[in-house]
Amino acid sequence: MQILTDGNKKIQIEGSNIRQVIENLNDQYPGMKDRLVDGDRIKLEISVAIDGEISTLGMIDKVSENSEIHFLPAIAGG
Amino acid sequence: MTTADYERNQVLSTKEFKVVGTRPIRHDGADKVTGRAIYGADFDAAGLLHGKILRSPHAHAKIVSIDTSKAESLAGVKAVVTYKDFPQVSNSKVDLGEAVTELKWLRDNILASDKALYAGHAIAAVAASNPHVAEEAIKLINVKYEILDPVMTTQEAMSENASILHESLETEELGKNTGVVSNVAKHFQHVKGDIEKGFKEADIILEREYNTKTVHQGYIEPHNGTAIWSPDGRLHIWCSTQGPFVVRESMAKLLDMPMSKIRVTPTEIGGGFGGKIPVYVEPVAALLSKKTGTPVKIVMTRKETFEGSGPTPGSHVKIKIGAKNDGTITAAHAWMAMEAGAYPGSPVGAAAQTVFSTYDIDNALIDGYDVVVNKPKTAAYRAPGAPNAAFGTEQALNELAEKLGMDPIDLRLKNVATEGTRRPDGPVFGKIGAKEVLEAMRDHAHYNAPKQEGHGRGIAIGFWFNVGLDSACNISVNKDGTINLTEGSTDIGGSRTSIAMHAAEVLGIPVEDVNPTVVDTDMIGHTGPTAGSRTTFSTGWAAYEAAQEVKSKCIERAASIWDVDKDFLQMEDGIISSKSDPELKMSFKELANQMSSTGGGISGAAAVNPSGVGGSFCGNIVDLSVDSDTGKVSIERFTVVQDVGKAIHPSYVEGQMQGGSVQGIGWALNEEYFMGDHGSMNNTSLLDYRMPTTLDLPLIDTVIVEVANPGHPFGVRGVGEANIVPPTPAIANAVYDATNKRIQELPLSPGAVLSAE
Amino acid sequence: MTMTEKKVHVQSVINGEPTDFLCEPRQSLLEVLRDVIGLTGTKEGCGDGNCGACTVNMDGRIVTSCLVLGVEAEGASIETIEGVADGSNLHPLQVSFLENAALQCGICTPGFIMSSKALLEQNPDPTEHEIRFWLANNLCRCTGYDKIIRAVQDAAEKMRQA
Repeated sequence: MQILTDGNKKIQIEGSNIRQVIENLNDQYPGMKDRLVDGDRIKLEISVAIDGEISTLGMIDKVSENSEIHFLPAIAGG
Repeated sequence: MTTADYERNQVLSTKEFKVVGTRPIRHDGADKVTGRAIYGADFDAAGLLHGKILRSPHAHAKIVSIDTSKAESLAGVKAVVTYKDFPQVSNSKVDLGEAVTELKWLRDNILASDKALYAGHAIAAVAASNPHVAEEAIKLINVKYEILDPVMTTQEAMSENASILHESLETEELGKNTGVVSNVAKHFQHVKGDIEKGFKEADIILEREYNTKTVHQGYIEPHNGTAIWSPDGRLHIWCSTQGPFVVRESMAKLLDMPMSKIRVTPTEIGGGFGGKIPVYVEPVAALLSKKTGTPVKIVMTRKETFEGSGPTPGSHVKIKIGAKNDGTITAAHAWMAMEAGAYPGSPVGAAAQTVFSTYDIDNALIDGYDVVVNKPKTAAYRAPGAPNAAFGTEQALNELAEKLGMDPIDLRLKNVATEGTRRPDGPVFGKIGAKEVLEAMRDHAHYNAPKQEGHGRGIAIGFWFNVGLDSACNISVNKDGTINLTEGSTDIGGSRTSIAMHAAEVLGIPVEDVNPTVVDTDMIGHTGPTAGSRTTFSTGWAAYEAAQEVKSKCIERAASIWDVDKDFLQMEDGIISSKSDPELKMSFKELANQMSSTGGGISGAAAVNPSGVGGSFCGNIVDLSVDSDTGKVSIERFTVVQDVGKAIHPSYVEGQMQGGSVQGIGWALNEEYFMGDHGSMNNTSLLDYRMPTTLDLPLIDTVIVEVANPGHPFGVRGVGEANIVPPTPAIANAVYDATNKRIQELPLSPGAVLSAE
Repeated sequence: MTMTEKKVHVQSVINGEPTDFLCEPRQSLLEVLRDVIGLTGTKEGCGDGNCGACTVNMDGRIVTSCLVLGVEAEGASIETIEGVADGSNLHPLQVSFLENAALQCGICTPGFIMSSKALLEQNPDPTEHEIRFWLANNLCRCTGYDKIIRAVQDAAEKMRQA
């Protein structure tokens, strides 16, 4: 699957769920995990979008072969 | 009544239902028109004391000492608290339901510790037997300040040698901590395509700068809260809040106690618009109640509401757009600096997710800066950040249209985002209605009516992504065939009825047979705040699921009563019947009547966190006139067109569209914090903080567009917020049309219009 | 030093009922209605007469009760939102506000009903402009006023037909 980061690089990462994707991402880009994760959950201020939809399952959310993943600031509204 | 040669309120319905789409009287209506409904300030308890907060008169100062002794000895004063009364715990993150902040910042904002960071910052509080005594008492608290220079705008805060608010705040630059102490908390970027290449391809490039001022949500009901600290260590809060679970979680962190010991009852709420998501007075009331052992109520004054709660940011926005001669946008760059107020966390992130999102642009760059200034910590205000961004983009596009000789709606249609378009911040759109909204605007009687002499006409369109978050709902069937429905979404605008309509639709019963109640945090599962345009979507989903459970249990019960296989049965329009045997028929009422003797009560429950949120687009057409002597702008005609997916209760959907439009009109024409020389707000009354009155407005015509959201059983997209996004640029565009003056600063008040070139 | 003032005994008529109360000279009529008598239907939005949420009818005239002192109620006849319905029968304005969805959060609604009731008593067939002019001191932040204006027009028509 692909991840679009702030720098608009498309990166191919292996993994069948978000947790695996982040671990593998961190192997390629050390330090990424700290930016995204608090303990064993996605940081409160970060939303994960899988194929355009905000994920509601966090680390355990499954991703498929061609999924697109975005890490976005978590904001909601007023 | 009011006649017109066109339909003033249109519903372009794409799917009909039995209950959904009708306009029942709201269940809480009788209480609200008779004054019976209990709002936070109405709440009373035996032995109630009144709290009052002392606030800093200085915009930026070190707090050298706080001497509360004279206040404590005043007759009638029962307790005094400062930041020292907070349990001292290590810093952590606090989930505000839709945003996140640091615990130390939240705590300091409630009661300042080492610094006063804005005029109005809470310093100490007293509880007294009489509110007037409390008011006298806070004057006796002696605070020694060392006054520092304040910074009041992003330009000031970002300049070299600017006075620093937080010595511990180091700028995060594109995700990395720079180690540099400044007032810029964060700079982030979104990049799509190749911006340099995009501008090279452009035949025409437009570059403009825009400035907006601090503006308040303006809810008519000031903040309030009553705390009762019980000797068994349990705390009960009654308050005006959009998010009872947010209050519970914030208080648990602030007071270092388990969530389960805190019960939050949301009283009826007099408006919120985002400003009543964070806590302000509740923790102070709790600390005072803990000290006195009696209930303590704190109610903000209007001045405190302006100075001590969370307005929306002033901002500095630069927009650069490149396009081909045929109108195709080839590149767009937004540079946006937003005031976070005293602590980091402006909505610049959300602004970045909306600034160009209406359009399909191959090459885009968005720079966002979150900047602290010596003003109250900003809170959400209806699509926070998006109006500031749209004020820029939608004006720039109209300028571009004029230069290219194109109709402004046509220019937008040429570039409009559709299903499959990738937003500049990354996500790809599912099914959206931007094109349908633009077409409905173009086809509307307003847009095609000849302009009156001296009038200017402007259009604009805005976007809000809307959110989901979690909601819960419980339904129990009553023996008379009515149902009780409980949910945890504060009802700010008729939502309990819309939620009840979901259940009524599923069960095929009249909505009058649903008894919805908004309950407290002890009585319902975790529910996100009533905000983010999520309530009808998410809590509606919960009601839908809970009703589906009731429905399947009814079918099972009927099957056991008739001794048939449940797969042979169906339930439609409140009747359970056999698919094959016409003799077998029973109404929901008949089933309910015999519940207890055929197996017991029937209930359903759901806790949901739905994905499949649909974003909403909203457009405006406005005609206005400008008095050339005074610069006063008068709105002559206003049409709001919004894609809501499916209007569950069209009257309340229209109400949201009209309400957001009028807040946008106020933002465009009059509203601003006039900051004095010493960094305090000069216009803290509703006389001088000038919100629209009945006399400032015409009727607000509405068009409900329904491009169903596949992610909701009835197609709902949140409606609450997108409608505040287009008014400010639509009005600026209309003023330009009327006067040839392009005004790039808000508000377009009479003085600003007169002095504009 | 004591900050509590000696209370004054006031006699008035509230919603048709002779009502005695004690209040400090510094307490507003709004505070008296809400905190002394317990009629919390009248709301405080600003405390300085600029939002109309505290509107009551005093001797036939609508006033912002936050700017009236409690002691000024001596000998006065005051009508609040609690006195508008006729027993369990809602006033046509109350019915109309519900049917026309003229309220969202409802905090301004008591004030609007008090003001529009006074208008229709004086002028049973007001134009849209006359309604807007009369109601300009009642602020609403939720509705944008559209449905409120329609509700008043609707009630006026029904009351004229009655």
